[in-house]
Amino acid sequence: MAQPVVIGQRWWAPLALAALAFVVLGFMISLAVSIGEISIPLETTAKAVSNRLFGTTFELSRIHQGIVWDYRLSRALLAASAGAALALSGAILQALLRNPLAEPYVLGISAGASTGAVAVMILGFGYGVLTLSTGAFIGAVVAFVLVSALAAGAGGGADRIILAGVAGSQLFNALTSYIVTTSANAEQARGIMFWLLGSLSGVRWPDVYLAAPVAVIGFAVSIFYARALDAFTFGVDAAAALGIAVNRVRIILLGATALMTAAMVSIVGSIGFVGLVIPHAARFLVGPSKGRLLPASAMIGAIFMVAADIVSRIIVPQQILPIGVVTALFGAPAFALILYKARRPV
Amino acid sequence: MSISINDVHWSAGGLMIVNGISIDVAPGKTLGLLGPNGSGKSSLLRLICRLRNLKSGVITLGSTDIAAMARLDIARRVALVEQQATTEAQVTVLDVVRLGRTPHRGPLSPWSASDDRAVNDALRHVGMPERADQLWHTLSGGERQRVHIARALAQTPSELLLDEPTNHLDIQHQLDILSLVTKLPVTSIIALHDLNLAAMFCDNLAILHHGKVVAAGTPEDVLTEDLIADVFGVRAYIERSVHHGRQHVQYRLD
Repeated sequence: MAQPVVIGQRWWAPLALAALAFVVLGFMISLAVSIGEISIPLETTAKAVSNRLFGTTFELSRIHQGIVWDYRLSRALLAASAGAALALSGAILQALLRNPLAEPYVLGISAGASTGAVAVMILGFGYGVLTLSTGAFIGAVVAFVLVSALAAGAGGGADRIILAGVAGSQLFNALTSYIVTTSANAEQARGIMFWLLGSLSGVRWPDVYLAAPVAVIGFAVSIFYARALDAFTFGVDAAAALGIAVNRVRIILLGATALMTAAMVSIVGSIGFVGLVIPHAARFLVGPSKGRLLPASAMIGAIFMVAADIVSRIIVPQQILPIGVVTALFGAPAFALILYKARRPV
Repeated sequence: MSISINDVHWSAGGLMIVNGISIDVAPGKTLGLLGPNGSGKSSLLRLICRLRNLKSGVITLGSTDIAAMARLDIARRVALVEQQATTEAQVTVLDVVRLGRTPHRGPLSPWSASDDRAVNDALRHVGMPERADQLWHTLSGGERQRVHIARALAQTPSELLLDEPTNHLDIQHQLDILSLVTKLPVTSIIALHDLNLAAMFCDNLAILHHGKVVAAGTPEDVLTEDLIADVFGVRAYIERSVHHGRQHVQYRLD
């Protein structure tokens, strides 16, 4: 395997890298706001944001103001939150389960969240008390518990959890399809299928108010447990021997992962490969130490997702591709590369 | 600090793995834990650092019952070197040794000068300071074992538990590691398979068989031809080595 290009042997390097990441993310979000069917100059974007945030009174057309603020900025911020949360989830799961292939999508957590969301949306589970996101969260937790139980029952181990995840994904995807085909009308079915592929269409500010805090809380929790995650490098017993309360750490971090995945899936559908590929890219840049890997994963995930959203809107003229299609188009080859590199030396 | 194990029982899957073991290790001494595969050596080591909970009995460090200690407090005093623990992560030697500081650091506290000192001392003890930046998966089995021991030393323990630390090592590294460990000013318990190395390096030996202690004491008292026949099922000649004065075991094939 290639030696990671570990940046940051000097104390200021991580800070410089973080600053750079924020600049790139800011630039990418500005691009996402400017690019679209109606092209808006970056300057207009800046003015529109400033009008809303700082109460300035730049002269702008109401259409431009509306597009920037109500449609594109909320969408870009949601893409950033989802990218950060999914990449973090992947990084956490890979460390906790000591498996380079672990991530919410592969482990069936996303599929469970989809089933939960669809059950609430179509079957009306919870009689209006359960929101879509709560349904997705319950689905995510059920899927994770089921997959973990299956993996443990099959003797545990790195390979088993992936196999169990595959089985879990299939089961929950089948349940989702069953609910959709038997209970949804044609229009609902089309909408849901599009949403399941991962779609940012129709995202508005209330969605951002859910997604952004979840991403930030997930990030804070994972940073607090970054050192505990490092201690899992040599397995659960090794972590416990280093004084880590392994059960508590596992429950909290798996809960955070389920929460982040569920929130994002309930808003944008299940987006694959971000959680898998981004942590590997981040590891290549900053090394395996979680204190650096987690922030790097979150930032790269956010930047990647905003970029993927831009691509999804411009790659086919007059048409918006589901963002899940774009991430998978980039993610699947990267997944293949990881599989190839993770193979044991013959 | 002394380690005192008093009538300890532990079972797994309905099988009594540790069946009423009592052992005392005096401060600064080295106890060799001998016994056939499955005799309960690894389980006992895990019980001492409370990776598993006792079914009954008491284990004390000094005068403190480990059942009353916080997990973190145990980790600050007791370091465990597991058998063949490995990782697929792209970690360096330094990353691994730094893990030893985990119990001494808060979740957000910065890396301190005393952390640095402990890590550097540990690397020097195992003779690997200039290998700090080497990647884990490029190390040989013996080097990995030394890095694990350095990680344990970076924990600055007063009690050190090692589960077959010399497995898969060449003879030079076996001798190096055991002389390193036995010279450290800590109380240590080492699970071993090699009776001769145990006799050479350990102050006392305890022989486990089916989860019980069948003999305990100095190597001279414990290692007898009858005991080896009973416990290990092989016949042996035992004599005092004219070179190092310790017991020396030679096996008979007839």
